Amino acid sequence: MITDNTVGGILLGEGILKGLTETAKNFAGSFVSAERLTTVEYPEQRVAPIEATRVFPFLVYDGKDWEAGMRCVACQICEKECPPKCIYIEKSKDKKPDAVGKPQFYPTKFDIDISVCMSCQICVEVCPFEAIKMDTEFELSTEDRFGGLLLGREQLSKSNEYYHEIHATEAANVDASLAAGRAKVDAKTTAVAIAAAVRGAEVPPRPAEGGD
Amino acid sequence: MVERMDQVFVLFAHWLVGFLPAGWQPVAAVLLSVVVIICLFPALFALTTVLERKGLGRIQNRIGPNRTGPFGILQPVADGIKSLTKEDIVPLSADAVVHFLAPLVLVVTVFMGFAVLPMGRGMVLADIDAGLLFFFAMGASTELSVFMAGWSSRNKYSLLGAMRAVAQMISYEVPLLMSSVAVVMITGSLSLSRIVEAQNHYTWGLPHWYIFTPWGLAGFVMYAIAATAETNRSPFDLPEGESELVAGYHTEYSGFKFALFFLGEYLAMFSISGLGTTLFLGGWSAPFSFLGWVPSWIWFFSKLMLSICVFIWLRGTLPRLRQDQLMNFAWKFVLPMTLLNLMVAALWRFLGDGWERWVICSAILLLAYLAMGWLGMRQGHIGPRRYRYAD
Repeated sequence: MITDNTVGGILLGEGILKGLTETAKNFAGSFVSAERLTTVEYPEQRVAPIEATRVFPFLVYDGKDWEAGMRCVACQICEKECPPKCIYIEKSKDKKPDAVGKPQFYPTKFDIDISVCMSCQICVEVCPFEAIKMDTEFELSTEDRFGGLLLGREQLSKSNEYYHEIHATEAANVDASLAAGRAKVDAKTTAVAIAAAVRGAEVPPRPAEGGD
Repeated sequence: MVERMDQVFVLFAHWLVGFLPAGWQPVAAVLLSVVVIICLFPALFALTTVLERKGLGRIQNRIGPNRTGPFGILQPVADGIKSLTKEDIVPLSADAVVHFLAPLVLVVTVFMGFAVLPMGRGMVLADIDAGLLFFFAMGASTELSVFMAGWSSRNKYSLLGAMRAVAQMISYEVPLLMSSVAVVMITGSLSLSRIVEAQNHYTWGLPHWYIFTPWGLAGFVMYAIAATAETNRSPFDLPEGESELVAGYHTEYSGFKFALFFLGEYLAMFSISGLGTTLFLGGWSAPFSFLGWVPSWIWFFSKLMLSICVFIWLRGTLPRLRQDQLMNFAWKFVLPMTLLNLMVAALWRFLGDGWERWVICSAILLLAYLAMGWLGMRQGHIGPRRYRYAD
């Protein structure tokens, strides 16, 4: 018989009476006060997801066209790091310009099997291009348990605006760091250009170099 | 008119049976009552499952089922259809015959118990002189079915669950019987109708129910504890402790056979509550003499449902006991208390009608309760768990 936690109580059954009053209070209170009932009746009522919500990964693209603006460069780090091996990537043979116009490889195929994915977010952490992020979409039930749960490139691609919508702070940080990175690259290239120009002015150009 | 309402079912049955030739009438009357019992209590079971789920929900500050029909009252229909359409799996290595028979034996023996319960004035299927004995004999056979289920499944969880269930039911059968024996001692009869009649008097408008006597109150509390354990209800639901045993003896049951076990458990709860009502709460008699015009069967079923609500309340409050706590509690506290209660009942009978017997009997029981509780908790037989190493 369980009484309360103070070992060696005096009256047997005291704890039971206390417990019964507590549950009776809950029972009566749930009819009277609305704040006791924390239940949200899901399909009709919804709670907005908290900012750190994560379900399955998606691919971020910049601009309007998902194929052109895809950040992913098919480096395949996420594929290698994925613990349950739910990512499958096929790297392109050719390069095409990314959002800033730099030629890059791109995935011709990027599949995530969400029936295998365990939402660990390791792919997000290892991605050096901020291309893969966690989505908040959770209503993913489907009648086809094989094909329906294997998401391809076009299903996975979602715009940067969408990313801002679901994870505002995180997306802002990502944008800032990307911009800083680009600024750095720009500064470097301009510095190199300036240096080259300066050097070009001082030193007469050498004879044309042969390929080495 | 009042008389008519009270006897409405009896008169209706008489009228219905009257269409048959005289020779068939007794058999037809019995069959009719059987059919009514077989329909009524499963209906009550359906109602109770909703009541329980909603009640438990409210106790935990939830809403409970509210999707099927208005306020979720059609939930049992959905559950019933679901269990009927589910695949009925019999394990390959199971003893198929016994596996099939176990739920049937449970439901049949539990139904038999209802035969002797007086559910209203003159509303008892078989008014046998040793009704109480018959009831307990039938109640004891449920242990058989539980063990049949556990043994025939050939599954370690089933078997362990069945062993626990049988150990528990046998341990608590003793205090259950002992607390009822006090009633038999005072009434001088094993007939349940006679026991109700004996409580159906009033002084100053108040009834002479046995619960309003010191020995009756103590007996009722002990009876309630033993009944909870006997029906494997929380906090005594170790036989199906899912954290340890999957589902206990009905691990290997699915589909409608599982539903039958479920039904059997609830029916056992009804019948044992009905008996408790009959023994201590005055059966079908009204709680105040001025309410005598309300039909007797309404009182019986109100008291029955009230007991069910208490069962649900307890289930929503108490955590499950450990096996040794369960056994210690049965043999070291409840059984000695029921034995003492027998003595007190005898004392009550022989101390005459004065006020002395109230004082003496109450004092003995109260002192024994305090002393045994205190001693038991000090020695660690009952009460909070003591850790040998963790403290």
